[in-house]
Amino acid sequence: MADLTAAAPAAAAAATAASAATLTTADGRPLKAALAAAQARAKRRAFLLVAPLLAFVVLTFIIPIGQMLDRSFHHDGFSANAPAVSAWFAENAQGTEPDEAAYAALAEDFKAMRENRTAGEAGTRVNYTLPETRSLFTKTARNADDLAPPFKEAFLAIDDRWDDAAVWQAMRSSSSAYTADFYLAALDMERAEDGSIRRVEENGRIYIYLFAKTFLVSALITLICLLLAFPVAHLLATLPMAKANLLMILVLLPFWTSLLVRTTSWIVLLQGEGVVNELFIALGLIGAEGRLQMIYNQLGTIIVMTHVLLPFMILPLYSVMRVIPPSYARAARSLGATSWTTFRRIYLPQTLPGIGAGSLLVFILAVGYFITPALVGGADGQLISNLIDFHMKNSNWSMAAALSAMLLAGVLVLYWLYDRLVGIDNLKLG
Amino acid sequence: MQQGFGFIEIKTSGQTADKTGETNLAATMAAKSQSDVFVVFDHVQKSYDGVSLVVKDLNLSIGKGEFLTMLGPSGSGKTTCLMMLAGFETATNGEILLDGRPINQVPPHKRGIGMVFQNYALFPHMTVGENLAFPLEVRGMGKTEREAKIKRALDMVQMGAFANRRPAQLSGGQQQRIALARALVFDPKLVLMDEPLGALDKQLREHMQFEIKHLHESLGITVVYVTHDQGEALTMSDRIAVFNDGRIQQLAPPADLYERPDNSFVAQFIGENNRLEGTVEEIKGGRALVRLGTGELIDATPVNVQSVGQKTLVSIRPERVEFKPDLLPADAHMIDAEVIEVIYMGDLFRTVLKVAGHEDFVIKSRNTLGQRVLTPGEKIRIGWAPADARALDPI
Repeated sequence: MADLTAAAPAAAAAATAASAATLTTADGRPLKAALAAAQARAKRRAFLLVAPLLAFVVLTFIIPIGQMLDRSFHHDGFSANAPAVSAWFAENAQGTEPDEAAYAALAEDFKAMRENRTAGEAGTRVNYTLPETRSLFTKTARNADDLAPPFKEAFLAIDDRWDDAAVWQAMRSSSSAYTADFYLAALDMERAEDGSIRRVEENGRIYIYLFAKTFLVSALITLICLLLAFPVAHLLATLPMAKANLLMILVLLPFWTSLLVRTTSWIVLLQGEGVVNELFIALGLIGAEGRLQMIYNQLGTIIVMTHVLLPFMILPLYSVMRVIPPSYARAARSLGATSWTTFRRIYLPQTLPGIGAGSLLVFILAVGYFITPALVGGADGQLISNLIDFHMKNSNWSMAAALSAMLLAGVLVLYWLYDRLVGIDNLKLG
Repeated sequence: MQQGFGFIEIKTSGQTADKTGETNLAATMAAKSQSDVFVVFDHVQKSYDGVSLVVKDLNLSIGKGEFLTMLGPSGSGKTTCLMMLAGFETATNGEILLDGRPINQVPPHKRGIGMVFQNYALFPHMTVGENLAFPLEVRGMGKTEREAKIKRALDMVQMGAFANRRPAQLSGGQQQRIALARALVFDPKLVLMDEPLGALDKQLREHMQFEIKHLHESLGITVVYVTHDQGEALTMSDRIAVFNDGRIQQLAPPADLYERPDNSFVAQFIGENNRLEGTVEEIKGGRALVRLGTGELIDATPVNVQSVGQKTLVSIRPERVEFKPDLLPADAHMIDAEVIEVIYMGDLFRTVLKVAGHEDFVIKSRNTLGQRVLTPGEKIRIGWAPADARALDPI
């Protein structure tokens, strides 16, 4: 014991003398290493606790999203099944007229495809880039036995589309497993016969319009939610606890009700023969002939989605407002501010974290919302997610993936903007 | 209007039933005519629930330049009074006058009263400079004038270098100074302070007490200060209003309050206090003889007792009790006491005695050279000058 107490100051003195930069413990180990060793066990245990969740998230979230992103730019349906002609495309630059060698390679591929029954798969990939080419592939594969030199004539004998530059351009696009074609299509663009990128014809442009509409409708819903939620949240935050809890249950009630039940009740309310129209007629606001079309259109989508998403705005706002002491408003009033100035300059700025969180939450949910527009949107109330659903039903996974990825990118850009403008630290969700 | 209020007030308050509306008005007019009266509470009552009164018939005149403290336990109505003065609560009945003008209908932002809050209430999204600029901006003051005033106010609280900081970057004491500067920057005539030092540690609190007092003196403003800390009230105030149960129990300068409490509540609430129960035996020449339950006779000054045979509670401050007979008047009565515990407190000794059957009688003696230190178990005799013992109302 006496040795120890004598040694400790000596060691400390030595350490100080040796270097001020690397601190060591009393027995000479570097301080950082000693700290890491001391905390290692606690860290291991903490990691074991989160490990199940981590595995769950990786399996059900990260991997599927990764696959989804992969599908949006990777499709080897053609390149894997038509290796010979893919090799010819690789050797011959863009704009080379398909020569006899090209047709020979194609013939070789078609014979293999007939044998492996993969012509449909390859055709599907080309079909994504140039519609109605899948049938050309299956038809040619059926007649692959007739393919003999000279190959070009043989192909043309089966179908005269085989010297169409567009078909060859589509095959060239498909010959690489990695392609931007799906993203081009999602931006209403296509490759011309010479490989340059151009916009699709006027009446074929749907995606950009739908993206814009989705973002606009979502922004509108977010704004309506904010305007409706702000007073409610303020009321909740200022009422005595017992009353506030009762009101909170009413706010949360929609959460506890099935989405289908809620949507159905909106249909009952808003349809042509519905409660609201009947009420308006009874009040003499509209004539029996002028029933308002409030469902199965964009208006229906907006009304029902606002209702569904309202709690996501109220809750963050409430959690922020609840902790703003009333003394701030009192201080502002005592300093000479009118109630409007107090609201604008003192109260509102302090609710910004809640406004930001609620808006971001509602907007992101609205952008990806699918079920409500599908049920009550009718023809013009459809959003981009309904189109993603359409492509998935038609097994065009790559197109669905590309659209989803663009949606994801849009949301991430917004998130980034929010971080730059408001700061993600200021986000308060509950 | 005034008369109408007075009439309602008679019906609701039993204690003031003897007063009439006319005398209310007369009292108010009298207060108004005195040029040095700045704030008047005239028969103010406040109820939150319509069932009970939080403030029961408050009558109070505060002079120009006065430092008045409202002191009382929590729930005594002192903060409610302050909030009514600031305009955040409306009086249920009665009238509040500011500089002779009734302000019941005046909204808070038009009262021009500076206010310091318990939690400072500095706006967290603004810098210190912006916080101070706020009251000047809403008054439409120009930028140059604003800056001069902000600088003056910050210098006044020795925070001149902190204009660009955010409140969260300041310590509690610094935030307190900024809150003070903000309440003073627009030159209000009246400043209200609602337990402004409650969140500070003891040393800082004492320092700030001095600073606030100093500012009050140098600026000549009227201050209404609310606290439950009697030490704070005694050090800073010109007058103290002791609140309990919605009423002012005593309104007096600090020394009067401490040395001459009007009733048992004030005696007990302010400072440490020994209480002895007994019956008045004799009142003669401003002196009362009180017989304790255990038979001893003690001297006291009659305050709330008028006649022989009345029950009373005699109150004596621990530092006024003496156990050396040669320091007492010749005719003073002395009673037996037994030392139970002696506590060394540095500057003084706090000795707990058993007196007349109670084991909570405390005396304090200064730790001077040659002071006689008592030991537990020791039997002594104690006494006091009759003026130091006050025969108050029995509880």
